[in-house]
Amino acid sequence: MSSSSAFARNPSDASRSNSEARLSVEQVSYAYSANPAQAPLFTLEATSFQAKPGEIVAILGPNASGKSTLLKLIAGALAPMSGRILLNGFVTHSLTPRTRAQRIAVVQQESTLLFPARAWEFVLQGRHAHGRSLRFESEDDVLIAKNALAQVGAAELSDRWMDQISGGEKQRVILARALAQQPLLLLLDEPTLHLDIAAQVGLLDSLRRLAAANRYTVVVVTHELNLAAEYSDQVVLMQRGRCLRVGPPSSIYQRELLEQVFQTPLSVELGASGRPRVTVLSATQP
Amino acid sequence: MRPLTLRRLLLQCLLLVLILFIVVVIALKFGAVPVSLYALGRDVLRFLLGQTSQISSDYGLIIWNIRGPRILLAIFVGASLSVAGTSFQALLRNPLADPYVLGVSSGASVGAILALIAAPYLSLPSTLTALLTPVGAFLGAGATIAAVYVLGRREGQIDSTTLLLGGVITGSFLSAIITLLMGTVTSGNNRGMVFWLMGNLSTSFQKSVYWFLGIGFFVAAGAIYTTATDLNLLLAGEKEAMHLGVDVRRVRLVVYIAASFLTGLAVSVSGSIAYVGLIVPHVMRLIFGSDHRTLLPTAAFGGAIAVVFADTIARTVVAPTEIAVGAVTAIVGAPLFIYLLRRRLA
Repeated sequence: MSSSSAFARNPSDASRSNSEARLSVEQVSYAYSANPAQAPLFTLEATSFQAKPGEIVAILGPNASGKSTLLKLIAGALAPMSGRILLNGFVTHSLTPRTRAQRIAVVQQESTLLFPARAWEFVLQGRHAHGRSLRFESEDDVLIAKNALAQVGAAELSDRWMDQISGGEKQRVILARALAQQPLLLLLDEPTLHLDIAAQVGLLDSLRRLAAANRYTVVVVTHELNLAAEYSDQVVLMQRGRCLRVGPPSSIYQRELLEQVFQTPLSVELGASGRPRVTVLSATQP
Repeated sequence: MRPLTLRRLLLQCLLLVLILFIVVVIALKFGAVPVSLYALGRDVLRFLLGQTSQISSDYGLIIWNIRGPRILLAIFVGASLSVAGTSFQALLRNPLADPYVLGVSSGASVGAILALIAAPYLSLPSTLTALLTPVGAFLGAGATIAAVYVLGRREGQIDSTTLLLGGVITGSFLSAIITLLMGTVTSGNNRGMVFWLMGNLSTSFQKSVYWFLGIGFFVAAGAIYTTATDLNLLLAGEKEAMHLGVDVRRVRLVVYIAASFLTGLAVSVSGSIAYVGLIVPHVMRLIFGSDHRTLLPTAAFGGAIAVVFADTIARTVVAPTEIAVGAVTAIVGAPLFIYLLRRRLA
């Protein structure tokens, strides 16, 4: 914990090192195996990329390409087999859970509660890592939670029960809890999975706004080609445990490459926003 | 937004202390020999003024030597079971978890009986022999919850139905062991089979046991209370709790040991009293919400109130004989368990 005092938790302090990479994934690999004596069931080969504050990185690939494994490694939930992941110079998986939660917020696909809770209670959970155990929430905590709800446009949901709001609303409250953690790094695992298209665009619009305003580094795992093209600054393209390419969407979105990765015929053109746009073609078309 | 404040927490506890006081007065008054409220009030006053010699001997005997210690026992047993139940529910993410349903109480009983059987063979000083039963019960409880935890896991995740089934089966297996042990070994054990299987509070102990019970309760419940905010987050799952900054392994270890200890403590002096750890936390959750900073203390008071009350019924309903207090809690608890189960399935 000696490192924590030297570490800038406040986003405004952290932006001093604006020009440098905040997140640095260096030659990280991993292997899953049911039994150490057997061959691994799944391997992630050496993967590297870097991200700056305010940047959105999309980890893109089909199912079982290693996207979620890479996210877990970045989150520090898994220790890499080789290589390392640095967040502002600190190795993420060797931080204590508490210190890690002050710097990294993870938004998972779904959040199930055993007993009903109101949205504000849920968002206040994001303050857990910032307080001592057994203390009562301070006025600052309440203010931060209120701000977080307002930032995702969910202030009016504050007093609603979590099990009585829509999927899109719930996703926004979950995002608000992550913001209440005041992280440097925001990780999202398929955040748009259960959302309709309007809610998807709404969520990603607010992500882009928040990344710019609060200088978060955002890493999103997704298999949505067009959403990744539209909203990310960098794409990490994955296939069967290998990182094929890293770069801005314009350099990644090439027809042959994407066809090979996603195993389906498609066309790539430039959209109205100047970003690539993918149309999936039917395989049976002549 | 209305986050919990210390003031609100203390007010809630104060309310429950008042209710506990009323229930204790009722418990002191009613019984095979009725005691008038006037005599009771007079004696309490004299006790507080230090004039114990003036307390009338007949009432004094009933109040201070019979009902008083029994009520004290009921308070600690109820609070221990209730806090253990609340902890198991959070730790196992299962609203139906309870020391009795999971077979942990039966495991503690087996441990306690084995300790009683072993005691004459170990030439220990008498103070240590008295502690042998709670230690045996604690080990029995700890081993059982570990076994049920392993049984309840499927593909690395706790499956709540498998867990409950595993607990119920473990409980019935251990009940059979208790019956076997009681049938073969009876020497040195003045408590019968009904005591271990159903629970009752009629045994009186030496003073040191009450001290051990009290201190043990405050240490274990205190240890669990330090993880109260962690338990709130654990309700959403271990992975999510970890991402929010909970040291899941540490919390699991602390709560697992402390809750097993509380169960062992309660069972070693009162046998397996059913469903207290299930009903009380649910009622408190309905009234005060599911924040463990409130839930743990209110469940402790609620458990004390429930067991003192249930024991008063057990003592008085067919006086001068009495029924096992566990029968009273099971008659109320089992239908409630079914109600909760059905509501969860719906």
